[in-house]
Amino acid sequence: MDKDSNKATFLFSSGMVVVIAILLSVTAISLAPYQAKNSRIEKMKNILTSVSVNAETAETERFFNQYITNQIVLNNKGVEVTGKIAAFDIDLKKELDKIKTGKADEQLFPLFICNKDGNSFYIIPVRGKGLWGPIWGYISLEADMNTIYGASFGHKSETPGLGAEIETEKFQQQFIGKKIFDESGNFVSVTVIKGGASPNDMHGVDAVSGATITSKGVTEMFKRTLNNYIPYFKSRRP
Amino acid sequence: MSTETIAVPAKPKEPKEALFSPKNKRLLYDPLNDNNPITVQVLGICSALAVTVKMKPSIVMAVAVIVVCAFSNVIISFIRNIIPTRIRIIVQLTVVAAMVILVDQFLKAFVFDVSKQLSVFVGLIITNCIIMGRLEAFAMANKPWPSFLDGIGNGFGYGLILVIVSMIRELFGSGELMGFRIIPESIYKLGYFNNSLVIMPPMALIIVGIIIWVQRSGNKKLIESK
Repeated sequence: MDKDSNKATFLFSSGMVVVIAILLSVTAISLAPYQAKNSRIEKMKNILTSVSVNAETAETERFFNQYITNQIVLNNKGVEVTGKIAAFDIDLKKELDKIKTGKADEQLFPLFICNKDGNSFYIIPVRGKGLWGPIWGYISLEADMNTIYGASFGHKSETPGLGAEIETEKFQQQFIGKKIFDESGNFVSVTVIKGGASPNDMHGVDAVSGATITSKGVTEMFKRTLNNYIPYFKSRRP
Repeated sequence: MSTETIAVPAKPKEPKEALFSPKNKRLLYDPLNDNNPITVQVLGICSALAVTVKMKPSIVMAVAVIVVCAFSNVIISFIRNIIPTRIRIIVQLTVVAAMVILVDQFLKAFVFDVSKQLSVFVGLIITNCIIMGRLEAFAMANKPWPSFLDGIGNGFGYGLILVIVSMIRELFGSGELMGFRIIPESIYKLGYFNNSLVIMPPMALIIVGIIIWVQRSGNKKLIESK
């Protein structure tokens, strides 16, 4: 058969599509459990990093069960909800998107409570937008529900050397000791300041130079996501 | 897309060639200098600008390109005689895309840390014109083994430039190499600053330009006759 005839072209392309479709779907399905396990471990690792526990991949699960003593689910009014979904399985992106569809009442937010060396820490997941894609992270608060104990950030596709620097320890360490409430108890969040924050600023950290939009994204992410937890904290703060 | 090629016309009745005959060796070495995909064929510039801010992603990107380039060359070479001419570009694209998805899936399943670092770059391999260029210019006309060598050679030629550019950019842009501090703190205290321009993509283009200049002034074969 002439390989350039219409018939051969049709046969070849349909054959190719079928072969490649089968190949890719078989690979995707057979590798899915490994990938799901990787992202669970990744999530545990990120949660642990925010309380300065650095776990190797193999130990992550054990450390997680050891340190994270309680996981609770809050609705958007800061009231604890039980029996709907496990805190760990909540997809924060879906919950935040509910605002767009007018279902703010149905929003659920996870809160992880950690016990490390006898002290309690509250770990909050945050999520926002960088320059090229989503950015996310975990923030841990000390028992006073005000002072930041640690922060860890991740990003999908920020520029290496610029926006991607939010992932570095240098950037994340700046958040330690900052406060999310002012002295009279109002929520002010933490702001990433271009040109550098003054050393006495309890609510500001230095921006990454050259990464203005990512830095703004971090500020926005803090303000918007933390806001959902404020009613809960206010009702419990000592 | 440059059409420059070192294609060897297929001669079916020739006695069996040694695996690493001089001709086959040239397929490996030529792309490193005389026929470098970036500096001579000027292909794959876009990804060379995007991934070269740090050395680590550049090296992993180079390895991924070598793998994809070599194996898609082999696959296309195997089926080159039954690909209908009119849809050959689409066929090549499909093969490359499938290869890239496979690589990405395997990275995600077994070396999650590496795949996280590469993030978007793996997907970007599809848009790398070196791979399409080699498929069209070489694999469509040659047997699988020479095509494999050609893919490896071109992948290395690409990777070589990537590593050189990223080394310069990481050193002057962040004062580090592979994430380790090279320029000591004491020099920063004397008033030295990391050069932010080096981190920006335009500087990568300038560095590639300088590499082309240096290479051409040293390599007589590349100097065009007036």
